[in-house]
Amino acid sequence: MLCCVCKEKEATVHLTQITGDKMQKVDLCEECAKTKGVNDATGFSLADLLLGLGASQEIEQAGGGSELACPRCGFTQADFKKAGRLGCPECYNTFAEALEGLLKTMHKGTQHIGKVPESLRHSRDVADRVKSLQKRLSKAIEAEDFEQAALLRDEIKQMNARTSGSPAT
Amino acid sequence: MDIHKFLTPPAEMARRKGPHDRIVLSSRVRLARNIKDAAFPGWAKKPERVRVLDLILPAVQSLPDLKNSFAETMDRLSTLDKQILVERHLISREHAAKSAGSGLVLNQDESFCVMINEEDHLRMQSLRPGLQVRQAWVAINLIDSALERKLDYAFSPELGYLTACPTNLGTGIRVSAMLHLPGLVLAEQINPIIQSVNKLGLAVRGLFGEGTEALGNVFQVSNQMTLGESETAIVERLEKVLAQIIDHEENARGSLVEKKPKVVYNHIGRAYGILANAHSITSKEAMNLLSLMRLGVDLDLFPGTDRAIVDELFVLTQPAHLQKQHSEKLSAEERDLLRADMVRERLATVSRPVTNPPPGPTLDKP
Ligand SMILES: [Zn+2]
Ligand SMILES: [Zn+2]
Repeated sequence: MLCCVCKEKEATVHLTQITGDKMQKVDLCEECAKTKGVNDATGFSLADLLLGLGASQEIEQAGGGSELACPRCGFTQADFKKAGRLGCPECYNTFAEALEGLLKTMHKGTQHIGKVPESLRHSRDVADRVKSLQKRLSKAIEAEDFEQAALLRDEIKQMNARTSGSPAT
Repeated sequence: MDIHKFLTPPAEMARRKGPHDRIVLSSRVRLARNIKDAAFPGWAKKPERVRVLDLILPAVQSLPDLKNSFAETMDRLSTLDKQILVERHLISREHAAKSAGSGLVLNQDESFCVMINEEDHLRMQSLRPGLQVRQAWVAINLIDSALERKLDYAFSPELGYLTACPTNLGTGIRVSAMLHLPGLVLAEQINPIIQSVNKLGLAVRGLFGEGTEALGNVFQVSNQMTLGESETAIVERLEKVLAQIIDHEENARGSLVEKKPKVVYNHIGRAYGILANAHSITSKEAMNLLSLMRLGVDLDLFPGTDRAIVDELFVLTQPAHLQKQHSEKLSAEERDLLRADMVRERLATVSRPVTNPPPGPTLDKP
């Protein structure tokens, strides 16, 4: 069996990871296992590596074509497929379509819930954010995903409390 | 600045105490952040990486919490020093391979460490001994909030903090704990535990080994998903699961001693025998045997022996730390000899394990 990263050397390190009901298998050669930091506490690159490999398969199926390039940094969809990493923050807009399905399989949701930089909490982005959260909330209720709905409701409540409760800066 | 004047000596490190530290070696929270309008480090050309580094480094150093910290660019650290930082889990292997255009900031008690231009512009970590994931999150959250006033983060209301790899998108948080689980390994219960933890969306892996084989029976548990769930929800979920794992480990130890005492005494006795008498030992073997000795100390089989003796050896027997104690460049074979010498010498005052420990070692239940 060949290493699935370099596709050159014989794979001697075999990893399996189960997340939810998804099982991922990765076979690496000694060298790639080492450079990918498979035994590295600070890097956590194993999870990234596993998901990164899943990413390239997902991208392959996504539309947009591999010639699609980011206007800010020049990164292409083909580059993403190869690296499993993006070029710049703007790439998330450029490749939004290809990323959507990927994010769904990778994460708990596709809407950020959690910390927001303070400068944004007081700006009109908050209003936009609450609006978008509400949209997602009605979608979640429609899909009878009550767990997600409860999370979103909490988040909306928190957002509103933050803007009304904190002094303007 | 010489990093060795700065780093905590291993003897002192090994004496750090934390809640449930007989099982939880350390807790860690990492945040990934990036600067708006700059390419991620893996795609940026060198001038842009240098520009970002020159922006971030002074911003981090100016934080009140990071007064008197160690700050350096990666090209100014030697390969050996970088390897020592990797062995202490302060920087990643990936970061150790970086040079000009990447940097490091480490605070005085090593509870906070920032990698600049690793995979993301900023990877900050908060570290605590024992089970303290919540405390680690509170600490890093404060530092992050102070830093966001000085730096313009790449953030989208929809997707949260934007990261080089989509796996870190959203909160950019990775919460983890390093666990010593010799009981579950000896009782052959580790695999079902790993699988059930995996099903909860958390990753478990051997820290030094490959796949589920863990050198020194040290495992790391961490969250996988970063988008669609708040930081506090992630921290709470991990805390819950960690409490259960601690419980399982204590139970496994208890029933091993009760039902298979000979198996336990045999493993620990042999580990002591080899460590105290070997004249050549690899770091891998040393780590596995030290793990069993650590279990022996926990089970009161080495009365009067401080666990710190074992924990210090965990650090000192690793290749870069061993090399650092000698001025000449050592081959792997030479290291094995010197490692064995050091272990023998340090265990000279430790008597062989007893087989009738004082009744009822206190259980460490969360
Ligand atoms: Zn390979
Ligand atoms: Zn881009």
